[in-house]
Amino acid sequence: MISHLEILETNKMIREENLDIRTVTMGIDLLDTISDDMDKLCTKIYDKIALSAENLVKVADDTASKYGIPIVNKRIAITPIALVAGATKASSYVPIAKMLDKVSEQIGVNFIGGFSALVDKGYNESARALINSIPEALSETERVCASVNVGSTRTGINMDVVKVLGNTIKETSKLTADRDSIGSAKFVVFCNAADDNPFMAGAFHGVGQNDVALHVGVSGPGVVKKALEQVKGQSFEAMCECIKRTSFKMTRAGQLVAAEVANTLGVPFGIIDLSLAPTPAIGDSIAEIIEEMGIEVTGAPGTTLAVAVLNDCVKKGGVMAASRVGGLSGAFIPVSEDHAMIKAAEIGALTLEKLEAMSCVCSVGLDMVAIPGDTTASTISGIIADEMVIGMINGKTTAVRIIPVHGKGVGESVEFGGLLGRAPIMAVNKYSCEGIISRGGRIPAPIHSFKN
Amino acid sequence: MRGIITVIGKDKVGIIGKICILLSDNNVNILDISQTILQEYLNMLMIVDLSTSKVEFNELSEKLEQCAKELNMEIKLQHEDIFDCMHRV
Repeated sequence: MISHLEILETNKMIREENLDIRTVTMGIDLLDTISDDMDKLCTKIYDKIALSAENLVKVADDTASKYGIPIVNKRIAITPIALVAGATKASSYVPIAKMLDKVSEQIGVNFIGGFSALVDKGYNESARALINSIPEALSETERVCASVNVGSTRTGINMDVVKVLGNTIKETSKLTADRDSIGSAKFVVFCNAADDNPFMAGAFHGVGQNDVALHVGVSGPGVVKKALEQVKGQSFEAMCECIKRTSFKMTRAGQLVAAEVANTLGVPFGIIDLSLAPTPAIGDSIAEIIEEMGIEVTGAPGTTLAVAVLNDCVKKGGVMAASRVGGLSGAFIPVSEDHAMIKAAEIGALTLEKLEAMSCVCSVGLDMVAIPGDTTASTISGIIADEMVIGMINGKTTAVRIIPVHGKGVGESVEFGGLLGRAPIMAVNKYSCEGIISRGGRIPAPIHSFKN
Repeated sequence: MRGIITVIGKDKVGIIGKICILLSDNNVNILDISQTILQEYLNMLMIVDLSTSKVEFNELSEKLEQCAKELNMEIKLQHEDIFDCMHRV
């Protein structure tokens, strides 16, 4: 029999500490929609998504109400479009992006991920067409998210693409200059991309999965922060135990909701992403947890330690609570989406370099970082490349979602609104990396022995 | 199937009565009930048996919400599994 204290604890987590199911994401395979005619392809994709996800929003909302836990986002992830659209031989995939935007609006999801290309080993015509379409596609749509996987631990890094993407990001920012360059906030560059990740902007439905699958990401940084207040000043063992226990409880809620939504929709359950994702709301912040652990302001020495311990304990507690785990699984550090991280960046405690160090030990990389609009394309490629090698060498997923804000510089800030939040423009090292980026080619895969 | 009803808000006459009538009208049996009052604020928990309910979960939930509006309180119906799963290994 459940005790009253347990009922009150759960409801306090939901009501006061922002425990929620951050996203229910339906992965949809599009390989059976391939056609050599662009119009036919668009129609087939539209029909498949509209049919598969017809009831997603309603079922998710009903489940949220049954258990009294909010499901914040309902989303779609699709097979990377570069794999699907190649047969059309089209030079632009913008019509596909527009159709994806339309079908997403119709079924009521707020984002659709998978305007993507996987180019870690090479770069075919379809991937080229997709990457060339990204700036226009992201500027002319609202809900479409794009991603490119440029490397992996097994294959190395495709530096030809990394070089191109510096320009792609700049161009995307320029085309959305009237909206604070929001286009670039919908584009992620990956190393070791997870093909079952439910979180945006990097979600896509990889090959080798079910035709349709349901993935869930849980979140509740506020719950962890509140729990940590009970072990203030105590040892690392006590702190780790506290995070693990809290993560277990939160993940269990995610597992319950995932199973129920999947079952009601008649779709196989995919994975739970063991995650702590912030929102701009007070009390829903990763940086607040870091600060509760004993760091004055996020970015101070000890921050990498704090985020590593947090990340590891979230996984340890969550793994036991979930039947299958996948996605990005870890604590996210998107600057613009975390009010305490925004503050840390504004007062200069948190720098780009410290964020890079933090991304070595947590999920998932340089995320929602605004930089000056006049940052050169090669410097952006250099920032991407640094983050990608961290992933490649350490066998983890790393990502870059960086926004060079057109027409703005350090000291200014941008307001994206909603979950994307507000970002202070952070300083970038002013020295050039043009020489190494212009080399092009591929970085060979790293050796997996002699780990130092 | 059991549900948990939580009621939070400023204490006044007839809260339990009104909710009990609503549950009785819909053939929902109350298995357990407890309340605390702290500085005029009522915090009540009810464990109810939904297996005999005349209406679906969502409909009962909406009726309770309507009742909450009339009483100017917060009333929430949740399936018990959310608590079980979080607090039992």
